Amino acid sequence: MRVAAGQGFWGDWQEAPKLQVRSGQVDYLMLDYLAEITMSIMQKQRDRNPAAGYARDFVALMADLMPDLLERGVRVVSNAGGVNPLGCRAALARALARGPDLPRRPRVAVVAGDDLMPRLDQLLAHHELRHMETGQPLCSVRERVAAANVYLGAGPIVNALRDGADIVITGRSTDTALTYAPMIHEFGWADDDWDLLAAGVAAGHINECGAQASGGNSLAEWRSADLRLPGYPIIEAEPDGSFVVTKHPSLGGCVTRASVTEQLVYEMGDPAEYITPDVVADLTGLELHEAGQDRVKVTGARGRPAPDKLKVSIAWRDGFKAVGGLTYAWPDALDKARKADEILRWRLDYLGLAFDEIRTEYVGAGACHGPVAGAPPENLPEVTLRVGVRGPRRGDVSRFTREIAPLILAGPPSVTGFADGRPRVREVVAYWPALIDRGAVESDVTTETAVL
Amino acid sequence: MSPEAVGAPMVSVELREVAFARSGDKGDTANVGVVALDPSLYQALARELTVARVKAHFRGVCTGNVERFELPRLNAINFLLHNSLGGGGTGSLMLDAQGKTLSTAMLRMRINIPRTVLESWRARSGTLAGTAAGAQQ
Repeated sequence: MRVAAGQGFWGDWQEAPKLQVRSGQVDYLMLDYLAEITMSIMQKQRDRNPAAGYARDFVALMADLMPDLLERGVRVVSNAGGVNPLGCRAALARALARGPDLPRRPRVAVVAGDDLMPRLDQLLAHHELRHMETGQPLCSVRERVAAANVYLGAGPIVNALRDGADIVITGRSTDTALTYAPMIHEFGWADDDWDLLAAGVAAGHINECGAQASGGNSLAEWRSADLRLPGYPIIEAEPDGSFVVTKHPSLGGCVTRASVTEQLVYEMGDPAEYITPDVVADLTGLELHEAGQDRVKVTGARGRPAPDKLKVSIAWRDGFKAVGGLTYAWPDALDKARKADEILRWRLDYLGLAFDEIRTEYVGAGACHGPVAGAPPENLPEVTLRVGVRGPRRGDVSRFTREIAPLILAGPPSVTGFADGRPRVREVVAYWPALIDRGAVESDVTTETAVL
Repeated sequence: MSPEAVGAPMVSVELREVAFARSGDKGDTANVGVVALDPSLYQALARELTVARVKAHFRGVCTGNVERFELPRLNAINFLLHNSLGGGGTGSLMLDAQGKTLSTAMLRMRINIPRTVLESWRARSGTLAGTAAGAQQ
């Protein structure tokens, strides 16, 4: 049973899922659209348009792929629903109605109930929803909360698959569940098969970032892997919890011990305590064996009982920000950029603008590694001054965006790079992770299937 | 005599000559996973890459705690660098608000490794040491 990864984030390569379905046999296609900050962005879109708030790319992709999916019997599990999974399905229904005839009408399930906004005040009466990093209770920013979604596990997805769904659209399901829910469904794993569930989590972690497990973004493989047409990872799962990571042979990329290890350590916390709604996985015993060309066998995951609490992803309005820049050329590029920064900051002060933070970076002279890079070399060919501001008042941030261009004529010389005009003011919709007792939220989770 | 024995002659290398890495974010915390290019190099990495040394290496970048977790069967060590991403997420003003490039910042560190360990790996791998190509072996 093969679960193919097709998208690792919202904005990932649109051709990848098509290639995964059309280049060889797979049983499931998992499409992960949601990073921590994605829910915030989708919430901003729903604020502007109540019908939006999901991954629109997904709708176009499904409309295009649907004939292949139905003919080949490939089922799709995706968190493309974002903050509006019902809206996502409605858009898919409209797209399919406009599209070509299908061999049969697809069954499309929606997992709902992760949205806590309708009952947030009821929940706050009994649960503080403290910020997991700062410890602050949510009531301190209650008026500014824009979205609150609880991370759901595999259960509702498995229900949808049992119900015969061809496509399962979820909101804030945990990323790894998109890969292991099909395994639970196919193999009949029990709720307390902790080691098997933990193996599923390991497979999900490898799949959830797409090509990052098959040669993409890889320090070990970037010179040798052909990434023009990369094969995204495919998990070949066995009922005993062992699995092989592979890819379609006709596509590029690579699956090696190194490529899989790099993905395993990506965004990892304590590897002995990888918490999901379904199991606490211990990945410290994982072993990887190369089992042929572009095949890596993974064994050794151990699991412990699922946690009593579920994670809640909360989006809240935290002021405004803007980032702008100019590029200064040799000679003395860095000195010119520094001088421009000095002038800019003096003018912001002169104008009486108030910000929580002003950050200056010199791109080309150590912006990525900061002090770890040491002093930049002399005589850089060019340096980009990058200045960002963040603060509570939109007006002040907006005024900042008008203070970059004047530096071209009224600042240091040999400057360019303003062709795109003023930077945009963005509302900061920030992320607030919290925990909640699962008993307080799980009864509201539903799975409902419709024929489109 | 074990190459790890006290007094074994050491050589200093840049971490990138013997390891690769990947980094990412969780809020204002960056994670950096370091992976030895060969199992024979892992012990030296585990000894050299202490919390104190990593914290000192990221002075001015990481203003919070450093946590360290070993994955010996993957020849890997995972570090969490707290308070490193300008507040993290959508509010951060940093170019690298997701800490994606802290992996290679880590690989700038110099570490000591027993000469015999390094030389025997280089002889076995038969590749140009100092490039990540050795990882394919």
